[in-house]
Amino acid sequence: MTTDLQSNWYPIASSSDLPKRHVYQAQLLGREFAVWRADDGYVNVWENRCLHRGVRLSIGINNGTELRCQYHGWRYANRTAGCTYIPAHPADAPARTICNNTYPAQEAYGLVWAGELAVGELPAIDGFESATVLRPVPIMAPQKMVNQALLGYAWDDTCESAENSDGSVTITATDGSAVRVFVQPVDSNHSVARALYNRKVAGEERIALLKRHSWLMQELRDRTETQAARQETPAPYEPVIAKVSEDLVDIPAISVDGRKADLRVQVARKEMTADGIASLRLEAIKDQLPTFQPGAHIDVHLPNGLVRQYSVTNGPGETDHYTIGVKREPDSRGGSVAIHDTVGEGDVLAISAPRNNFPLRRDAVHTIFIAGGIGVTPLIAMARALNAQGLEFEFHYFVQSDDHVAFKRELSEFEGALNIHKGQSPKETGETLTEVLANPGYARHVYICGPGPMLEATRQIAADKGWADEAVHFEYFKNTTELDDSNSFEIDLARSAMTLTVPAGKSILDVLRENGINMSSSCEQGACGTCRCGVIEGDVIHQDVYLSDGEKAEGRSIMTCVSRAASNRLILDI
Amino acid sequence: MSILKCSDPIALNLWYAIAPLDEVLIGETAQTILLEQPIAYTRNHTGEIVAWVHDVASGGNPETDRLPIKERYGYFWTSLGTPDADIFPIPEYDEQDRRNIHAASFGVNVSAPRLVENFLDMGHFPYVHTDILGAEPHTEVKEYFVEVSKERDEILATNCKFWQPMAAAVASGGMDVDYVYRVPHPYSAVLYKSNPTDPERMDVIAIFIQPTSQETLRVHMLLSLLDESNDDISIRLFQQTIFGQDKPILENQYPKRLPLDPRAETPIRADKSAIAYRRWLSDKGITYGVIPAAA
Repeated sequence: MTTDLQSNWYPIASSSDLPKRHVYQAQLLGREFAVWRADDGYVNVWENRCLHRGVRLSIGINNGTELRCQYHGWRYANRTAGCTYIPAHPADAPARTICNNTYPAQEAYGLVWAGELAVGELPAIDGFESATVLRPVPIMAPQKMVNQALLGYAWDDTCESAENSDGSVTITATDGSAVRVFVQPVDSNHSVARALYNRKVAGEERIALLKRHSWLMQELRDRTETQAARQETPAPYEPVIAKVSEDLVDIPAISVDGRKADLRVQVARKEMTADGIASLRLEAIKDQLPTFQPGAHIDVHLPNGLVRQYSVTNGPGETDHYTIGVKREPDSRGGSVAIHDTVGEGDVLAISAPRNNFPLRRDAVHTIFIAGGIGVTPLIAMARALNAQGLEFEFHYFVQSDDHVAFKRELSEFEGALNIHKGQSPKETGETLTEVLANPGYARHVYICGPGPMLEATRQIAADKGWADEAVHFEYFKNTTELDDSNSFEIDLARSAMTLTVPAGKSILDVLRENGINMSSSCEQGACGTCRCGVIEGDVIHQDVYLSDGEKAEGRSIMTCVSRAASNRLILDI
Repeated sequence: MSILKCSDPIALNLWYAIAPLDEVLIGETAQTILLEQPIAYTRNHTGEIVAWVHDVASGGNPETDRLPIKERYGYFWTSLGTPDADIFPIPEYDEQDRRNIHAASFGVNVSAPRLVENFLDMGHFPYVHTDILGAEPHTEVKEYFVEVSKERDEILATNCKFWQPMAAAVASGGMDVDYVYRVPHPYSAVLYKSNPTDPERMDVIAIFIQPTSQETLRVHMLLSLLDESNDDISIRLFQQTIFGQDKPILENQYPKRLPLDPRAETPIRADKSAIAYRRWLSDKGITYGVIPAAA
C-alpha cells in the first residue's frame, strides 16, 4: 500500500525519548520502527524486525555503535543497518550484504521526524527555532479527526488557529505565544499529538507550561475519542513487509561481482601516522559506505591505473568513512608511491566495496594478534571489534622503532592488551613469538599479518607449539612465490556445464572471464583469497599464499588467479 | 457440530494433546480451545475421558458432539476431524527405567510453527538461555545433517552439537552436547539430547502444541529422562526457566504466523532444519498458523 501520507514527514518521537543506549519503539501508519541513537549522535529509524527471524529490534541492545538482536546476536551497524556479524558462523564473513530496512529520519526542534517515503529535507518550521517540546498525547482517533479537533484548541480567549499546508495546526494568542501541533498517524485509528511551544522555557515555568497543555490536551483527547467511538472504526493499515532480496534466499553461493570499483570516495584527510606510513580517511561522496567487517580490505583504483588492496582499520560503528594505512614501499611498482606522492586531500578515488577474506571469529575465549609493520591495519579493526564487545585478547606489534608505530590513537583504545616490540632482530622476534605462542588451547585463536618472512616464521612456531591449523589465521600482503604458468590443462565447470582449456601463459581466472563467467577477484596474485573456488575433482598445484597448508593438502579449493592443475583436468564448482 | 473457524483440512485432521491425564478428574468439566473451537472435557464415572465440542449457549452435548480420544505419552489427545494416521511414535517413552514427567503447559501468543522453529534452533542458546544452554563466546552452530524421511513423513536433524555451560539439571560444568531433532507432526517436535550420566542413551524432550488460534497456542512439554538425582520439581523448574526465556522472544516475532515465502526472512546455514521444516509445511499445503508462499 502506498499513500500520499507516506511521503510526509511526521514526528515519531521526542529527542528525549532517545537517551543513551536506549532503543525506542515507534509506529507510523501501522508500521513499527526501532529508533535508536548511536553514541556519535546519529538517529537510526529502522524497520522493527530483524531480517533473520522477524524479532523486534526494539527489544535489542544498543551498544552505542551497533544494534544487537536479542534472538541470535546478529549485529547491525549504525547508519547503514548492514549486518556485521552472525555469531552462529563465527568463521565466516557475512558473504552477502544483509541490510535492514531503514527510513528517512531527521532530528530537529527537539523531535525525531520520519516518513516511510519522505524525500528531501524537513521543511523549516518558522517561528519555532527556539521551542519547547510539549508532552505528546496519544489519542485513539483517526489523524484527520484529531486535526479537526485541534482547530478548536485554545488556552485563552485570544487564541486563533489555522491549518498549515503540511496538515499541522498552529494556534496563536495575541501575546505572541504560539503552539504548533503535529499529529502522528500511528495507525488508522490511533494518533499522537506532538506539539511545539514557540519559546524556550525552563525550570518551574516549563513544568507549568507542560501541565497546562497536558490538561487542555487531555480534554481534547476525551472529546475526540468520544467522537471517534461513535463512528465505525477504520480498518488498520496493513504495512507491506518488504521481501528480502533474491540473493538472500539461499545459503550463500559464490559472488559474481568481478573486480569492480563502483564506489567513489573523497580523501577527507591524509596524514603521516608513522615514519613512511600515510593514513587516509576516505569519505563517501554521496550516500553511505557499505558495511565492512573487521579484517576486510578494499581495492583502491589509483590515478595511474594500478589497483591495490588496503585493509580498513575502522572500529565498529564507524560507518561514515574508511581509514586505511599505506606504507611507502621502497621497491614500489607505483602503487604506494602514487598514494604518497600524488593523492592528496580532496581527491576522489574509485574503490571497491569492502571484501572480507580474513574474517574474525568472535567465539574465542582468547585471541592473540601478531602484527608486523604495516600488517597492523586489519588487526587494528579486529582488536577494536573485540574490545568493543569486551572479549579477551592480546595484541603484539613488531616495529623497527617508536617512529614506526602507526595509528597510535586507535591503538590507545586497547592499551591494556597492547605489547609493542621494538627493534627486535629476527632471532629475538622468534624468541618473543615462542613465548607468546606457548599455550595453544580450546577456543584460542591467533591472527597474524605482516611481512612474508615473519609470517612464515610465526606460522612455523605456532605449528611447533601445537597450534591447530584452523586456529591460526593469517593474511599475506603479497605473494612472493615464483609463479609457473607453463602448463596447459582443461577445466570442467560443474554447475555451468562447460569445458574450457587453460593454455600456458593464462590463468584460470583469465580463461573464465574470456568465456563470460564473472568471477570476483582482488589482488590477482594469490594473496587475498577473493577468487577462491571449489574443486570437485583433480589435483592442484597451489601457488598462492592464502590457503593454509591443511587446506592445500585437502585440495578442495583453488585460487583461480595463480594456481593450476597438476592433472590434465580439474572439475570446478562453478 | 457448528461451523468450524479453522478451514485447513490438514490441521483439522491432526491429533492434538489437550491435557495431562492426571489433571482430568472425575466429575470435573474443564474447557479449552482447539483451532479457535471451544471444547470441553471430563472423566466420567467409569474412568473414561470424554471430550466434546462446547457451545457457549447450550454447553454442548457430550454424547452427540463427542470428539475422538486417545491416551498417549501421559496426555489425552483429540481431533476436530477424522485423523487418518495414528499419533507419531516415541518408543523411548515405554522404556522401564525412564522418568516420564509432564514439565508444563504454557500459553504463548505466537503461531505454532514459530514455536516449532524455536525448538529446533540452537543458535539462540547463548543469547536467550545465557549461561544455561549456551554462553558467549561459544556461539558457533556446527554443520549438521537434515533429512526429510519420506517413509515416516518427518524431519530429522542429526549430528547437531552445541557447547553448553549447564545442559541439564544434572550437568555441572560446560560440555559439547549432542542433539537429534525430529518433527513428526506439523505442530509437534521431539528432541534427543546426550545425557551426562549415560553416554549410550539420550534424554527426550517433546513439545505437543495445541493451537488455540492461528496466532496463539498452548504447548504441553513432556520429559522422558534418565535423570535419577533430581526431584520432579527441580526438573520442572529447570524446563520452565528455559521456556520462560523463550516466551518473550517468541511473542516479539513479527509476523506472528510463520512466513513460508523463502524471501520473507534470511536463512543462514544454521537454519537448515528450519528451512526443511518450512518446505515440508509448504509441500503439505498447511495454511493454519503460516503465511503461505504466493503461488
